[in-house]
Amino acid sequence: MGRVSTPRTVLVTGGNRGIGLATAKQFATQGHRVAITYRSEAPADCEGLLAVRCDVTDAQQIDDAFAQIDKELGPVEVVVSNAGITRDGLVLRMKDDDFTDVLDANLTAGFRVARRAVKGMMKGRWGRIIFVSSIVGAAGQAGQANYAASKAGLVGLARSLAKEFASRNITVNIVAPGPIATDMLDALPEERRQAMAQAVPLGRLGSPDEVAGVICFLASDAAAFVTGVVIPVDGGMAMGI
Amino acid sequence: MSDQDLFERFKRRAVEVLSVEDAQVKLEAKFADDLDADSLDLVEFVMALEEEFDINVEEQELEGVDTIGAAFELVKSKI
Repeated sequence: MGRVSTPRTVLVTGGNRGIGLATAKQFATQGHRVAITYRSEAPADCEGLLAVRCDVTDAQQIDDAFAQIDKELGPVEVVVSNAGITRDGLVLRMKDDDFTDVLDANLTAGFRVARRAVKGMMKGRWGRIIFVSSIVGAAGQAGQANYAASKAGLVGLARSLAKEFASRNITVNIVAPGPIATDMLDALPEERRQAMAQAVPLGRLGSPDEVAGVICFLASDAAAFVTGVVIPVDGGMAMGI
Repeated sequence: MSDQDLFERFKRRAVEVLSVEDAQVKLEAKFADDLDADSLDLVEFVMALEEEFDINVEEQELEGVDTIGAAFELVKSKI
């Protein structure tokens, strides 16, 4: 994709790998100024990106990250809330902490980041917030009650934000990836990955770039009239739900 | 600090956050009718005042605060 007419300041949380990193790179290729946050490990390959260490479960660290980005790149205009963790297990064996930690990192963190981001967006009367959810939020998944709950929660959060800030020209949307070839999936046994690919009508796993493309579209001028939607990027896996 | 100085600071933030003219920021001005401010504007304004005067305003204290004068009284009571 070529350069865009209006370069924006973009923040991608959890941008050090997988879908987040692919998204950050695609924004950068389009000529935007891009910052990424990472919790523990700075990406080796992040040329042209501003990498900021930030644990999104800590409001103070989010504040500090925004201050740094503001200073180095300008006020954040596009936020991709992508940081997330899994702690899979069957419900009967799932501890309270396994549930609440995943909710905190995947859902509450999205709320914290959005709350911080809208302050600047309101002043600029322009903003784009995109949450990276998952089709398991709608479909459910044995062994992922915590993760699925957190990803479903993002939909209610996003749609409420969409209504609350619509008058300030801020759109809020959700991308719901299906099985994508990332580290998160590499952690699964090969058989499980193959079974997943077979459950996809398009017959394969998606690539992080294919999710990034939809995220970049939602941030673009072309998507100005789109808000509060969930776009599955799943090869047809969750069609109709 | 005199009331007048306080009001000048208060007014400066009102002009900036609510995008209104100096002359519109009168004690009797109503946020909704005279200043065209919606609920989001008010939240932004309160946050700006909290920052300006280093005060903390609770949600329930804002009940019935619908004019510049009422907001200014609330701020004064906190300083």
